[in-house]
Amino acid sequence: MGEVVLRGFGWRHAGRKAWAVRGVDLRIAHGERVLLLGPSGAGKSTLLAALAGLLPDDSGESSGTVEIDGLDPRKAREQVGIVFQDPQTQLVMSRSGDDVAFGLENRGVPAAEIWPRVDEALHRVGFGYGRDRPTAALSGGEQQRLALAGTLALRPGLLLLDEPTANLDPAGAALIRSAIARALDDDTTLIIVEHRVAEALTLVDRVVVLEPGGGVRADGPPGAVFAAHGDRLADEGVWVPGHAVAARKAVTGPGAPLVRADAVSLRHRLPPATLTARAGEVLAVTGPNGAGKSTLALLLGGLLKPTSGTIDAGAGGAPYRWRAVDLTTRIGSVFQDPEHQFVTNRVADELALGPRRIGRSEAEVSRIVEELLQRLRLAKLAGANPHTLSGGEARRLSVATALATAPRLLILDEPTFGQDRRTWIELVELLARLRDDGHGIIAVTHDADFVATVADSVHRLERTA
Amino acid sequence: MNHRWRTIDIVIASILAVAFGVIFWAWGLLWNGPADAIPLPGRAILYGVWLVPAVLGALVIRKPGAAFYTLTLAALVSVALGTSWGWTLVLQGPLEAAAAELIFAVFAYKVWNLPVALAAAAAAGIAASVYDAFVWYGGTSWATLRLPYIAITTVSAVLVAGLGSILLARALAQTGVLDRFASGRERAAV
Amino acid sequence: MTLTVATFEASTAPLARRNPVAKLAAALLFSAPLIATLDPLTPTIALAIELAVLPLFGVRYGTLFRRAWPLVLAAAGIVITLVLFAAERTGATVATLGPFEVTTGVLITALGMVLRVFAIALPGIIVFATTDPTDLADALVQNVRAPARFAIGALAAFRLVPLLGQEWQMLSLARRARGIDAGRSPVARVKLFVSTAFALLVGAIRRGTRLAVAMDARGFDAGTPRTYARRQVFGRADAALMIGATLLSAAALTTSVLTGLFRPIIG
Repeated sequence: MGEVVLRGFGWRHAGRKAWAVRGVDLRIAHGERVLLLGPSGAGKSTLLAALAGLLPDDSGESSGTVEIDGLDPRKAREQVGIVFQDPQTQLVMSRSGDDVAFGLENRGVPAAEIWPRVDEALHRVGFGYGRDRPTAALSGGEQQRLALAGTLALRPGLLLLDEPTANLDPAGAALIRSAIARALDDDTTLIIVEHRVAEALTLVDRVVVLEPGGGVRADGPPGAVFAAHGDRLADEGVWVPGHAVAARKAVTGPGAPLVRADAVSLRHRLPPATLTARAGEVLAVTGPNGAGKSTLALLLGGLLKPTSGTIDAGAGGAPYRWRAVDLTTRIGSVFQDPEHQFVTNRVADELALGPRRIGRSEAEVSRIVEELLQRLRLAKLAGANPHTLSGGEARRLSVATALATAPRLLILDEPTFGQDRRTWIELVELLARLRDDGHGIIAVTHDADFVATVADSVHRLERTA
Repeated sequence: MNHRWRTIDIVIASILAVAFGVIFWAWGLLWNGPADAIPLPGRAILYGVWLVPAVLGALVIRKPGAAFYTLTLAALVSVALGTSWGWTLVLQGPLEAAAAELIFAVFAYKVWNLPVALAAAAAAGIAASVYDAFVWYGGTSWATLRLPYIAITTVSAVLVAGLGSILLARALAQTGVLDRFASGRERAAV
Repeated sequence: MTLTVATFEASTAPLARRNPVAKLAAALLFSAPLIATLDPLTPTIALAIELAVLPLFGVRYGTLFRRAWPLVLAAAGIVITLVLFAAERTGATVATLGPFEVTTGVLITALGMVLRVFAIALPGIIVFATTDPTDLADALVQNVRAPARFAIGALAAFRLVPLLGQEWQMLSLARRARGIDAGRSPVARVKLFVSTAFALLVGAIRRGTRLAVAMDARGFDAGTPRTYARRQVFGRADAALMIGATLLSAAALTTSVLTGLFRPIIG
């Protein structure tokens, strides 16, 4: 039950030149708990998808073999359960109980057995609500818990978790972690990919490190693996425990105020908030989910109109009244999902858009684009379609487009969300340098490490009842 | 050519339908008021927009029934979100959708190029406007209203739902999101 | 400005509890025949019937009014069209608007058309107000043998509608943040709209792809015959509802034919 054997396994996605995974030899015995690590691009998600029998057989190429209890994963699907990182796209039905029942209906479980198994699965993960709870009313962590219940209802021998906490805030992450710990029993083999490594270590007894480009770099107990490979892994972007990042706080005091919010609120979404952001300072806005952090960022960025209170950002009245073009030269907003802000189909055009709209000459525009491409390491991607960029590249592009019009104030919503260690450090370094150059930075974040490393002041929002 | 629908075919067709339901809702916010119902020029010139899901669905999914399913579901979602025509779309949607589907069927579901897209769009446009002409604009003159309405709607359908869908499908393929589909793999390897 | 899906409220009223497919079919059977005529009597009778059975469905008149009022726009448009383009202007002239004569004949036709819009649309509103989408999908699959994978695929996608609505708003704000706003020009507005719609589609397809993989991971494409966690039964009361709807619609049309007011849409 739940025994995994891989021999020289590799996979290449259709439309890609490089192999996602190559030459992996691995054996995982029944009941083991394994943490799968590796830098971005090492093929961790692809490997899990292969084990779950989800790689398409009509597009892509495989090499080597992979077996679960001696069977091809596509035939052993009933033994395997997998939970992915985005809760919203794993839920199918609008009521919680119905969603857990979905998998049972698919497998032809007799109707009389379905609801008892649903209740059993909900109990196993510690789900706090009844069957009729609308899935839309659940928080991210609770939705993940429900997704886990849906998988466990099918009683898999092998449980795969692909970055289960990546899309969750710390509270949600803790929720799903406790659900996993609670739900595991001696009969389940576990393989987990998790970038919050320190927190995943409580669940596992073995660490396997994949080498990008092929093979397994390391395999063994966590202590031994980190002792031997920790430094190199940390450099490559893995969040190895014990490798803290040096602080990058401001050396000079803050400069002139750039935006002042006075008891500003948005009905139903943000209770009155008062704060001031200054030049040469990184202001972190923190608080639990639902407290209105993103709403505050949108208000300060001149994108939403407050229902009460005022925002003073200098000449021209309230920012939400400014013309969009003026807004880009004074306040730049970077959204949590970079893809929301892409409007052209070439990276270079994205960068050129802002400067062109404010009326720069073509020569100026080219210069600005060149400079940003170099500075944010996007030169090789100049002709690529923005939607084909990886997470880290897309993030850099969205920051670059905001900088292209040289605003004094930059507002970022969860800039370090889901980043590996390398892109995280890069981003922190970039923001620190912008701050030292005299820009004002407001970062809405629940990343405590980010706050500790680079924030000069913190404004905490509390959740209202 | 495998005509069986994979899960991803079903889900993406459904998502396209639902996304267009939202797009129609947003479109309604842009031009609300009786302009929506006055047939000439506003409604007829822009009519093609409502028919895009049928042609786009077929071009992306490339399976039998794609045009019919995508447009019918989009119409249902429109009703759920509240349009000024409401429930009446439940009768008209499937008719226009079937007309487009018929054209793709005539080509044995093997041809997915511009001429076929234009023909399918035209068929849907004619079905939609003829339906309107009889059901909603009965009692009006054929010469000054109904025939021009049918003509302009058909032209709008051909341009917006036919040519527009081809361009849209191509642009979507360029973003890489259609890599699981034959329609998406026509772009160069990255 | 926010997108709201017309929700349903569970009710114990006798007709609200009927099988969803029966309700849907009854609504179609009742309203489709009304299309056949342009006279004002048929829709008047139909509306009277609809408003009379409303309490049996447990729908309050206020709720109906709230959901039905957008139809006023469609109706108004039709009336304006008729005034401008009427094929024949019979009867005495009541008013003259520029070159357009509003006669009694035109007014009667206009009245008929307005009533028709409401008469045809109301049954659907009643169905949507009393039917849960999951129940409807279940009934379509279990009672009418609709293909299960499509019904569930549609349901799963429908669940994401509010999310896509929020996404639309974020995309609009993001465009302002990039320095793009439409101002007055309608052409600019349309361009901005198309850009936003495209981004919505890209995001929706990405989400859909992930959803499809997750559904397969839970055996959606397993090929084994599905079982049903929630049973939908189709009984005699449901058949009676459908038959009743057909008969009432026929009665309305017959009355109109007998009084000589029937005006077919063809001919």
